[in-house]
Amino acid sequence: MTDLFRIGGRELRSRLLLGTGKFPSHDVMKKAVEASGADIVTVALRRVDATSATDNILDFIPQKCVLMTNTSGARNADEAVRIARLARASGAGDWVKIEVIRDNKYLLPENLETLKATEILVKEGFIVLPYMSPDLSMARRMADAGAAAVMPLGAPIGSNRGLRTRELVGIMVREIKVPVIVDAGLGSPSQACECLEMGCAAVLVNTAVAIAEDPVQMAAAFREAVIAGRRACLAGLPVRGQVANASSPLTGFLRNE
Amino acid sequence: MIIRINGKEERIEKTVNLSAFIGARNLRPEGIVVEHNARIVPREIWETVTLAENDTLEIISFVGGG
Repeated sequence: MTDLFRIGGRELRSRLLLGTGKFPSHDVMKKAVEASGADIVTVALRRVDATSATDNILDFIPQKCVLMTNTSGARNADEAVRIARLARASGAGDWVKIEVIRDNKYLLPENLETLKATEILVKEGFIVLPYMSPDLSMARRMADAGAAAVMPLGAPIGSNRGLRTRELVGIMVREIKVPVIVDAGLGSPSQACECLEMGCAAVLVNTAVAIAEDPVQMAAAFREAVIAGRRACLAGLPVRGQVANASSPLTGFLRNE
Repeated sequence: MIIRINGKEERIEKTVNLSAFIGARNLRPEGIVVEHNARIVPREIWETVTLAENDTLEIISFVGGG
């Protein structure tokens, strides 16, 4: 079954995007990326620690993957724009996940600043995927501004709580023309599967894979869950009922009647 | 002279260009990006940038992130 989707002019096969944070080692991360089948992986930018030479994480990311730099650490649009420009200058390409956060407790995105950064970076030729609180009006504005996809959160980052925002994400899926990718909060393959079942284009997962006892196995599990969810979506889920609806015929019973 | 590197003030002994400065710090050029006085400096022109008193440098690299 060839079922590709398109972001930023690129055809993508995998509906699982993988983050690279929190893995026990670069080697494990590399194996997990391979097991996940992800076409897009995210990285962050930070000040170097001049006291210790570390391996370049980019050396551990398979060549075939699209690198998408997040703007984590940004507290406003200007900081996000600065980080995106730095990423491009480093040769990491044009893909950027805008992440603007001011709230340290829940790490919820600042939608207005995220929109401002989207407007600026799209004009500069970036392929922009804003991480956002699920809000139809804001998602429309982001799509109108040229966002290549919109990425509503399922639950707070790293919380593993699943698709708590289901109703709002569902509205976005039905109304927004660009791909809707659930990013953040997904803690198990079944939760990722649920997102695809309901019509999300893809999911972005990091913590649930990275901190699993066996990240490589978990990456493979997410890969399969996403494929299953997408297939179910295409197949068409049945209507839910309040009472039983027998699966076996209700005639021809072996009774003395 | 004093320059500010990644938010911390440091004293450097003599005038150097950016390329030599990075080289002396054991940093691998291919993995890092440098901002000099808030302007991104492409690797190809590091040699042409000479550090001066009160300059600000940000030296940045990729790390894991979601």
